[in-house]
Amino acid sequence: MAKVTFATDLCKGCGLCVVACPKKIIALSKDKINVKGHHPAEITDSEKCVGCAACATMCPDCVIKVER
Amino acid sequence: MVVFDKPHALTDAPLHYCPGCTHGIIHRLVAEVMDELGIEGKAIGVAPVGCSVMAYNYFGCDMIQAAHGRAPAVATGIKRSDPSKVVFTYQGDGDLAAIGTAETVHSAARRENITVIFVNNAIYGMTGGQMAPTTLPEQVTQTSPYGRDVNVAGYPVKVAELLSNVDGAAYIERVAVNNVKNVNKAKKAIKKAFQNQIDGKGFSLVEVLSTCPTNWGLTPEKALTWLEENMMPYYPLGVYKDIYAEEETK
Repeated sequence: MAKVTFATDLCKGCGLCVVACPKKIIALSKDKINVKGHHPAEITDSEKCVGCAACATMCPDCVIKVER
Repeated sequence: MVVFDKPHALTDAPLHYCPGCTHGIIHRLVAEVMDELGIEGKAIGVAPVGCSVMAYNYFGCDMIQAAHGRAPAVATGIKRSDPSKVVFTYQGDGDLAAIGTAETVHSAARRENITVIFVNNAIYGMTGGQMAPTTLPEQVTQTSPYGRDVNVAGYPVKVAELLSNVDGAAYIERVAVNNVKNVNKAKKAIKKAFQNQIDGKGFSLVEVLSTCPTNWGLTPEKALTWLEENMMPYYPLGVYKDIYAEEETK
């Protein structure tokens, strides 16, 4: 099973991972705010993740680690 | 099994770039290539003036910061004094295509055995979004509020096309980082540019079309679309010169 972890405090909330995800299971958090003051990206349905790493490929800040 | 993680050649320093700026992706690609080729220990990078002026904080290899536009000249000096090092410059369009045009063209003409990563986002980012030599016709910037008028401001400089006419240049390719497919292609091109240097093949330049959401006045997502719809037709992607591929096919 694929596992995606976010280094939340590095996230700038740009949303490029949200656009890149083919399964559409990444969203910017509505209630959390990180140390930089951004709404960080998070995974909404980890069961559906296939570990393609498209999100991590498009992330400019190396926030995302993908394991499979 | 880890499928994707931060490359070793990228330091832990958080990048200072604006949210959604694709400089971060290009930094990571260069670092990944350094990891894959195992050259972090003998690589020396030259940082430019511009948004990426602080690139020395982010790469694990040795770094130097050059005067505005002079990165290829500084890289020439380093490479000639110690050819065993892998020397690369990381420059924006305001650095390479404006004040540094002479250094760029002449280092290519001399076939200096260096690698140049050229980030083209069609605007001056660090100074607040002024018109750059690479700004598209009709593009609105701080200093062209009614759009770039080619009758007054002239035409954009197409660096890849320009350098492909320089006999000394060995490998010139233009790539983009607007989607996953193109990011992977960009990495391949950057890797080839570094491998060429290791093999002693001479001047290699990769032009990377990049976004500037802040100064374009767009969201990061819309900036990717803008790049695809406006920059890619004007700056077509592809290999512009590869003298060794030409020799192989002869």
